[in-house]
Amino acid sequence: MHNFELVKPTTIADAVSALGGEDAQALGGGQTLIPTMKQRLAAPAVLVSTAGIDEMKGVCLDDNGRLCIGGATTHATVAAEAAAHYPGLAALASTIGDPAVRNRGTIGGSLANNDPAACYPAGVLGSGAMVVTNSREIAADDYFQGMFTTALDEGEIITEVKFPVPEKSNYQKFLQPASRFALTGVFVAKFGGGVRVAITGASEDGVFRWTAAEEALSADFSTGAVDGLSMAADGLINDLHGTPAYRANLCKVLTVRAVNAAA
Amino acid sequence: MPKDHGIGASNKRREDVRFLTGRGKYTDDINLAGQAYVHFVRSDVAHGTINKIYTTAAAAADGVVGIFTGADFEGVGGLPCGWQVTDRHGNPMQEPPHPVLAQGKVRHVGDPIAAVVATSYEAARDAAALLDVDIAELPAVVDMKAAVADGATKVHDELESNLCYDWGFVEENRDAVDTAIKNAHHVTTLELVNNRLIPNAMEPRVAVGAYDPTNDESTLYTTSQNPHVIRLLMGAFVLGIPEHKLRVVAPDVGGGFGSKIFHYAEEAFCTFAAKQLKMPVKWTAQRSESFMTDAHGRDHVTKIELALDAEGHFQAIRTETYANMGAYLSTFAPSVPTWLHGTLMAGNYKTPLIYVNVKAVFTNTVPVDAYRGAGRPEATFQLERVIDVAAREMGIDPVELRRKNFVTEFPYATPVAVEYDTGDYNAVMDKALEIADVAGFDARAAASQAAGKWRGLGINTYIEACGIAPSALVGQLGARAGLYESATVRVNATGGLVVMTGSHSHGQGHETAFPQVIAEMIGIDESMVEVVHGDTANTPMGMGTYGSRSLAVGGSAMVRATEKIINKAKKIAAHLLEASADDIELKDGQFSVAGTDKSVAWGDVTLAAYVPHNYPLEDIEPGLEETAFYDPSNFTYPAGAYICEVEVDPDTGKVTIDRFSAADDFGNVVNPMIVEGQVHGGLAQGIGQALLENCAYDENGQILSASYMDYAMPRADDVPMFSVDHSCQTPCTHNPLGVKGCGEAGAIGSPPAVVNAVVDALQRNGRDVRHIDMPLSPSRVWSAMNG
Amino acid sequence: MTTVSMTVNGKSVSGDVEGRTLLSAFLREDLGLTGTHVGCDTSQCGACVVHVDGKAVKACSVFAGECDGSEVTTIEGMANADGSMGTIQQAFQDYHGLQCGFCTPGMVMSAAALLAENPTPSEAEIRHYLEGNICRCTGYHNIVRAIQAASGQDVAPVAAE
Repeated sequence: MHNFELVKPTTIADAVSALGGEDAQALGGGQTLIPTMKQRLAAPAVLVSTAGIDEMKGVCLDDNGRLCIGGATTHATVAAEAAAHYPGLAALASTIGDPAVRNRGTIGGSLANNDPAACYPAGVLGSGAMVVTNSREIAADDYFQGMFTTALDEGEIITEVKFPVPEKSNYQKFLQPASRFALTGVFVAKFGGGVRVAITGASEDGVFRWTAAEEALSADFSTGAVDGLSMAADGLINDLHGTPAYRANLCKVLTVRAVNAAA
Repeated sequence: MPKDHGIGASNKRREDVRFLTGRGKYTDDINLAGQAYVHFVRSDVAHGTINKIYTTAAAAADGVVGIFTGADFEGVGGLPCGWQVTDRHGNPMQEPPHPVLAQGKVRHVGDPIAAVVATSYEAARDAAALLDVDIAELPAVVDMKAAVADGATKVHDELESNLCYDWGFVEENRDAVDTAIKNAHHVTTLELVNNRLIPNAMEPRVAVGAYDPTNDESTLYTTSQNPHVIRLLMGAFVLGIPEHKLRVVAPDVGGGFGSKIFHYAEEAFCTFAAKQLKMPVKWTAQRSESFMTDAHGRDHVTKIELALDAEGHFQAIRTETYANMGAYLSTFAPSVPTWLHGTLMAGNYKTPLIYVNVKAVFTNTVPVDAYRGAGRPEATFQLERVIDVAAREMGIDPVELRRKNFVTEFPYATPVAVEYDTGDYNAVMDKALEIADVAGFDARAAASQAAGKWRGLGINTYIEACGIAPSALVGQLGARAGLYESATVRVNATGGLVVMTGSHSHGQGHETAFPQVIAEMIGIDESMVEVVHGDTANTPMGMGTYGSRSLAVGGSAMVRATEKIINKAKKIAAHLLEASADDIELKDGQFSVAGTDKSVAWGDVTLAAYVPHNYPLEDIEPGLEETAFYDPSNFTYPAGAYICEVEVDPDTGKVTIDRFSAADDFGNVVNPMIVEGQVHGGLAQGIGQALLENCAYDENGQILSASYMDYAMPRADDVPMFSVDHSCQTPCTHNPLGVKGCGEAGAIGSPPAVVNAVVDALQRNGRDVRHIDMPLSPSRVWSAMNG
Repeated sequence: MTTVSMTVNGKSVSGDVEGRTLLSAFLREDLGLTGTHVGCDTSQCGACVVHVDGKAVKACSVFAGECDGSEVTTIEGMANADGSMGTIQQAFQDYHGLQCGFCTPGMVMSAAALLAENPTPSEAEIRHYLEGNICRCTGYHNIVRAIQAASGQDVAPVAAE
């Protein structure tokens, strides 16, 4: 890969300052960025590691009962520490990558990358979470803007994500067998005010909400509620691993399973 | 009681200690003083004309010590092909040149265009980015049938067409087969694809070339299954280096599966460049490079017809196969779809008439060559699939249909040129049915149904030809070299032995298993025997390890050399014991005079051989070292019956292998633990082919599965615990160990079992699905169910 | 170049690295610890798994500079103090959990991380945990058994006869 300068700030302020330099990029766990750099598809001049920023790490509940996860918190930490507060999200984190990847990869890195088959975008959008950056708060509905595209500005980093905790939730991930990303993944969250259903891995536009299912499940949170629905295959991903029709089928099957398993 | 010593003992592997403590010595662990690193600039288009390569900027970059292009290899040989196939009209195959670096054209994504050598790998890559290649892209030839259509773009302009050969086997039977099929009571026809695979040994290929100007000697360290073959091919055909000036070392090698048999451009390049630049040159493949440079496997498109009489007796088989050669002929490529495939089309069955037609085709894809099983999986898959379909069509139980047609008398000469020496196919079928608990299937199927899953049962047999290869026979079939093996057994003065073998171990455990044979023969402890392999400087000319040949051929050479040792030692013992050599018996490491209590120990005899005191110098030379070359008189024919049980999720099409049972007949077994491990690994590779692995190209010749992000390797949770058995043993009759070979069986026998099982599950649940092409991904299975 | 210092297998080491120097390269090339293998470039095969501050990580997907001040354990650090193989290593030999040996260091390091988290894992838990470690030789059967044995669970001996 191209050489670069590795910077390791210990505060958000220092990180933001370092990211202001030319061709600077944030480094979370690097589990996607480093392979990309090996292919020379990314060539930052400066990499700003967030791993040493303690104020960006950890899992806690805020005064409003929201689960707050620091942007530099690893998947393994979320899987372990969020389990008591938000089991659906903790379980989602435990399905990302593999154990070694979970020990490095971070929620902020995953969300900044917004891979169309990543797991966290489904959890964040499905929860209606708030993405907090060094400069603002961005609602999940505004944050995801298509595959590998987000509302983040240049030099902006995710410092925290605040999740409203639903009454029940579940994530169903159908593995793409090679990458271990989601061939399709469905996150269902039942809140007092309604149900959110977010789907990753399926659409050419990245993570999205299945509003028809949300409406049906908000009226009747049961598997039967989804029976009459079907997802259109238009705009769904066609690749070696699945046709659009197949992914459309998975959207429904996994939604039903998530409703069944929601806890 | 299990044996704890010698042949038949599950000795723990001695090589494991270094592998488990991080002290293995793989090629990438070798770093020579002053070495440079090469990065290959590779084609990113499948087909194109190289107009110009601009190297000036790259040559001026930091650290660059040399830049090479195809022009530097004019006058240097191309990579040779080791096998000549004659087509059905008696003409030789079309054989295009294969330059080390592309000359004039690029013919597949990954074809090397230029090589940048620099003082570090990153410097080489940095400089390579400055190298500008002007390529005029040409239409890519990807689909095999389109490639041989009239007017197709040619991969090689100098050839008549993209047809490498059109092979008929046995051509004389063609009309009789046609007639039999025309007149048959029932004909089952199946069209299928044997999916292209990427071998993916976990160690990427590496080459380190070195040159010593003081003696004009070149050395190549390489990830090879057969260092002598590389020395011969590269020295004689590419670089023109005589063998006494060329040493090839293949140290610890991290798996091969066929992909490290072949002579690759990078090996020749590093050896060549080291001499040109007077410094060692190292290349380590990135995995993404492996995907587009390691020879791929399989990639056949086949139509098979099976003719049966009213009772289900097989009358005739006719096949037509398109076999992808890729852009160039790799070392063994032409032999795979012909002699390693056509000769196995009889399977375990006494079909009187067989005709195999193979059209080998050039395409703008990575060369295709032998991969674990090589031709035999392709034969087994089509045969065992068509039999299963025929059984359904005729309403005959698939096991009964197979039994009805099993070869039961041996030796058996097939109509496709080979003679099976031994086997008992009913015995392995019985054993497989027993260990798979087929009797309990219905109860398990009911339990699956209750859980919303569909259970299916797939059963098949396989036979393979191993112990490659009888030189006279393969010579007639087009091999350009005999495939004997060699061993030197050196006995040291104090009785320890060193075996120098031409076989190469890259996971097979030769360092453990070979000594068990000698220990058994002499009656000494295995710890007295050491195995040396993998270095042309230390071992006699050898042919290497592939085709499940190491023990059957290399082991037999070792047995022959050890027999010579024992014969000579008996003469020395006779002298020491003042007896006739004919009366000397060797048991438990003691030479004794038959019928007396006079004896002398192994170590006393070996000492006498080297310290000739009281020694019959006038009759026997001092020393105790013998070499033998062993050429088998026939292939060996391992066979078995495999049973797979799957659960299919009807909502998603996902297939889960719940049980897999394999009953194999490998003849005699030297180390059961190692044999079982070989079967386990083969099964996972076969299951990988059946369910997961797929090297796919788009219409422009771009690889769609060019990394582990898209090429699905079997993981631990994709396979179950396996039930394997090798207690059915019909020893090979023509090698001294009675062994048959076990390395490829699992990969050969398992794909049809998996597909048969999935089709069975769908059929049992009312889905009229006749066949699904591999890999049986959830999407494909779901589409078939809902199609 | 930046100087990094870390503790590798209990020994303090330091070296000058570029920003882009991966931990795997630092271990293999600077420290000569070639037991850590590199089998892919997409962070998937797991041949390079080592422990950094007690956690399994893929050494090919972390920069040496990120490990400044860390405790790193590699396959070379898994033997007992007297040089004999550790429990997991010994179980891999006893149950034939390796063939070519290339993926083995990563397998052993992942197995050690698993057993630290879960001292008596089930077969399914072992298989699931190993999803980031690819082996092409063994079919995983004997790797699973070796890990079960290393965790003190009853495992039938190798080879039935």
